[in-house]
Amino acid sequence: MSDETKPGLKSPLRRKLLMGMAALPAVSMLGRPAFAEVPATSAVNTTGLAVTDSEVTVGILHSVTGTMAISETGSVEAEKLAIEQINAAGGVLGRKIKFIQEDGASDWPTFAEKAKKLLVNDKCAAVMGCWTSASRKAVLPVFEQYNGMLYYPTFYEGLEQSKNVIYTGQEATQQIIAGLDWVNKTKGAKSFYLLGSDYIWPRTSNKIARKHIENHLQGCKVVGEEYFPLGSTQFNSVINKIKLTKPDVIYAIIVGGSNVAFYKQLKAAGIDLSKQTLLTISVTEDEIDGIGGENIAGAYACMKYFQSLDNPNNKAFVPAFKKMWGEKTVIGDVTQAAYLGPWLWKLTVEKAGSFDIDKIAAASPGVEFKGAPEGYVRIHENHHLWSKTRVGRAKADGQYELIYETADLVEPDPFPKGYQ
Amino acid sequence: MFGDYSISDLGAILAMQGFAGLILFSVYVLMALGLAIIFGQMGVINMAHGEFMILGAYVTWMTSNAVQHVAPWLFPGYFFIAMILAFITSGALGMLVEWALIRHLYKRPLDTLLATWGLSLILQQAYRSIFGAREVGVELPEWMMGSWQATDSIQIPINGMFVMALTILITTVVFYILFWSSWGKQVRAVVQNRVMAGAVGINTEKVDRYTFGLGCGIAGIAGSAFTMIGSTGPTAGQLYIVDTFLVVVFGGAASLFGTIASAFSISQTQSTLEFFLSGSMAKVITLLTIVGILMVRPQGLFALKVRK
Repeated sequence: MSDETKPGLKSPLRRKLLMGMAALPAVSMLGRPAFAEVPATSAVNTTGLAVTDSEVTVGILHSVTGTMAISETGSVEAEKLAIEQINAAGGVLGRKIKFIQEDGASDWPTFAEKAKKLLVNDKCAAVMGCWTSASRKAVLPVFEQYNGMLYYPTFYEGLEQSKNVIYTGQEATQQIIAGLDWVNKTKGAKSFYLLGSDYIWPRTSNKIARKHIENHLQGCKVVGEEYFPLGSTQFNSVINKIKLTKPDVIYAIIVGGSNVAFYKQLKAAGIDLSKQTLLTISVTEDEIDGIGGENIAGAYACMKYFQSLDNPNNKAFVPAFKKMWGEKTVIGDVTQAAYLGPWLWKLTVEKAGSFDIDKIAAASPGVEFKGAPEGYVRIHENHHLWSKTRVGRAKADGQYELIYETADLVEPDPFPKGYQ
Repeated sequence: MFGDYSISDLGAILAMQGFAGLILFSVYVLMALGLAIIFGQMGVINMAHGEFMILGAYVTWMTSNAVQHVAPWLFPGYFFIAMILAFITSGALGMLVEWALIRHLYKRPLDTLLATWGLSLILQQAYRSIFGAREVGVELPEWMMGSWQATDSIQIPINGMFVMALTILITTVVFYILFWSSWGKQVRAVVQNRVMAGAVGINTEKVDRYTFGLGCGIAGIAGSAFTMIGSTGPTAGQLYIVDTFLVVVFGGAASLFGTIASAFSISQTQSTLEFFLSGSMAKVITLLTIVGILMVRPQGLFALKVRK
């Protein structure tokens, strides 16, 4: 600001100027003086975070280069949209959000390094970021050591809980169990073939799925379980095995470029998804863009959000997102979860009446966001979200059609008993 | 494992599995051929091979979009145009790269490894900046999707057969060019003795440029064909590069026959093991076997007999 040009401008005058600036937009917004509304910085920021009378700084930490850029781009876009909307609505405790974006470059040590930079150098009041579990595991010790706050958007395998993280995506049981119950009940499915890419999330998820199928669903069995190295592009052999075992349900958790190869080859091998039930938890609208709607039409996906959801919040969210990022962009489950991050943080800060990390962590449980595009969410004691589980069916135009949703919010359970 | 199934079921699976192996074989040959030419004939380790493939894939995607907008009646056959364009684009970029970068490094073969790796990073980021970080979906004409119903229970993927036919065609053309045409004779002369080849009047620089261009062009065709079975994104080339090097090195770097033999043995091992074990285990066992064989026979399956 004016620091360099007017070095002589000392603090009392400078402070007045800043307060004046802070008040300007608030005045125009609310139509009355905002001084009473904006609590003093010294009161809401006792730990030296980057909060001034007019601004508060948050970090955005995703991969915009490297392999993961494919997936993380949507999250960055959603977070920027949320921040812009919050600012347009008057900011957080009367302060505009300013963001600093860092690139994790799909490299886990880089994530840790950038997280440290955002917390130690930039003093970010919160960080929206990470996508893969590997990157989250890499930054977790940094957030715990320097006491930061991370809003993590991806559905993931669970088995984690931290004071310094709010998990805005589903943990595994929220995504898996309701979907299996649904397919068992409505499709009469008895036999399941589990597939996955070979790393922690698909393996943990399939473990939970297997336990649920074998112990909780009457007369159901797993007829095959298989993993493929990340980046595998050849699936003809396993497709033959599926043809041989004729499972009622193919349960697929394949990710990345392999996803595209798998669905293209499935279709080419003559497996018709309008007759063969396939349930996936790894294909959102984002992935369908690369796979091609005509290759996956008929498959079922178990998520908490679909772009096609018919509710007032979503009807406002989708056009706003497209207006900011282009008519052709699609919005997947994780993108929506990323959009929740800044909003939940704002609501928590306002509930706590403070930017202090400890106060936010303590105030988080019970915070509810009624404007969520997925409907309504609430933060649980364990820092995960209560949310509904939904099943959608892929259409050739790349969108999902909502088929089923749970009647109530599903409780997050990152350490499920009997599923370990 | 097979107790529960009828004989006809097993027969059908066996036939389909046989085709799965052959399709994998074709895919391996197609992706390794370009690299084998460049590595085998010129001794250049082209780490950017995958990115040249993806360039072909992007050209296919652009052709598909353009044809849909400008001349929809051409759509059923656009793939052939796309493959030719992919060959020209990747080949031209290859020749440019050879002229700007590779030719300065012929005397330092290990540096080409570093230079082409850098090139691959540059290309990846270029694709990301130009086409966006997300994957793009290449739309195929209707006749290329789905499967051919050979009998009631045997279905053969049409795109798999397409790749097989394409591989046979490209391999035949490459063998013709290298072993029967006069240009091929020049290439082989340069490989065997660069100085003498120059002395008898062969323009070695030009031969190098066209060889590199040919290798990259074939990579482009391969990339174009793989839009049928795989993904198209800025880093999708990385999915192929490991298998490609494996096939070329295992076959013996300087031998095209070796490349084909190694593609055959790797693909058959891989697809058979995948059927009886699981995807990850099949990969592990295949890799261990290759490592074992290369320890005993470091020059690969086939090697040029050279007096030393």
